Amino acid sequence: MRLPLFLLLAFCLAAPAARAQDPKKEIEKYQRMIADSSPAELFELQGEELWKKPQGPRKVSLQRCDLGLGAGVLNGAYAGLPRYFKDADRVMDLETRLLYCMTTLQGRDGAEASRAAFGTADRPSEMEMLSAYIAGLSRGVRLAPGAAHSREKAAYALGKALFFHRAGPWDFSCASCHGETGKRIRMQELPALGKPEYARPVVATWPAYRVSTSEMRTMQWRMNDCYRQMRYPEPEFASDATVAIITYLTVNARGEPYRGPGTKR
Amino acid sequence: MRAMLFFAAVVLSSPVLSQDVTEVLKRDFHARGQATMDRVDQDALQFACTKFTDKPPAELAKLLESDQMKTIVFPAGSLVGDWKRGEAIAQSGRGATWSDPKNAPAGGSCYNCHQLSPQEASYGTIGPSLLRFGKLRGNGPEIQKYAYGKIYNAKAYNLCSQMPRLGYSGTLTEQQIKDLVALLLDPESPVNK
Repeated sequence: MRLPLFLLLAFCLAAPAARAQDPKKEIEKYQRMIADSSPAELFELQGEELWKKPQGPRKVSLQRCDLGLGAGVLNGAYAGLPRYFKDADRVMDLETRLLYCMTTLQGRDGAEASRAAFGTADRPSEMEMLSAYIAGLSRGVRLAPGAAHSREKAAYALGKALFFHRAGPWDFSCASCHGETGKRIRMQELPALGKPEYARPVVATWPAYRVSTSEMRTMQWRMNDCYRQMRYPEPEFASDATVAIITYLTVNARGEPYRGPGTKR
Repeated sequence: MRAMLFFAAVVLSSPVLSQDVTEVLKRDFHARGQATMDRVDQDALQFACTKFTDKPPAELAKLLESDQMKTIVFPAGSLVGDWKRGEAIAQSGRGATWSDPKNAPAGGSCYNCHQLSPQEASYGTIGPSLLRFGKLRGNGPEIQKYAYGKIYNAKAYNLCSQMPRLGYSGTLTEQQIKDLVALLLDPESPVNK
């Protein structure tokens, strides 16, 4: 999905921002401008169609999928994730749960359904459209991920341990970039995601449309691309490791009213 | 002594052990491109820095820093290359990810974290500003050796530094590190103008 006019506008604004006298103020202005006209809505509409579309060997839609509030209940469901699901005996984030519903309800092959989970500008993925749609139905709802069940506590503890775990050829952990406040990579400010006040505005705006690449991006993608830049091997889509970090971040952001899908640089 | 310090590290552990996290990474991650699975194995300093959230006891840090110092291979002759090539290496953030071709030259990602040339306004702040590095410190053999060693293996000087071990990890070549030394120390380099 390309939006040339929108992109042109974005680049025109981005270029002077990089050289300006006060780059931080310029970037903030630019971010405010792009937040006003997010193409995320288009993905939400496409996601709604996909949610209702019969698919897979069983030719059924996802409308019987239980995202934690009962089969087919979507309003506020995203704000309650990740959480423990008894039927799957796992803590699941939105994408992991959607994959579960695609395999159990629609009878689809898990590998097939997750292979193209991260789309491109020309071919956005089902997962990205569904995520945008479902997350959008939690706007205004305070983030309340599961944090009481023993498995949810274990996921949080594992996520926290992963966040501070240093490995790989460059010795990075998530905290290498997201551990301290007031730091940047190039011009990009880095939220210290272990601290609630910094985790809140970030988690409350994912999934998000990325202007620089014209793509709708999900939390699973965010984990994947951070690990790429950390020079690690690739995390498995919807693995316990990725769900654990998402649980850690979302619990840190607990209480923040959801206001995505957002727009990022 | 070493055994005792590691024993202390294990006793002081958080609820999820570092070794358990490594097992999770082995289970939930897969090799892709040049990013092979041996990358998730922690060495001693990664273990210690994880265990002590980057604040290891001073004696343990000194011990492991001296191990890291032994990994640095200082070339014979001049350590100062070409600052112009150094600037290009400092600008490039490529290298070592699963999406980078294995044999393509890597960059140093220097501007991601450091201010260097005053002309480059887009610099990160995770590391200290290196503006006027050579002007402030001179460019004699001692500082050349320090700059080369620090880029080759930053952990020899500060165990839990967030700076990658760019020579030790095989990311940058000897010549590339010399070129970065020139960017820092050459009086003609924009860093020192």
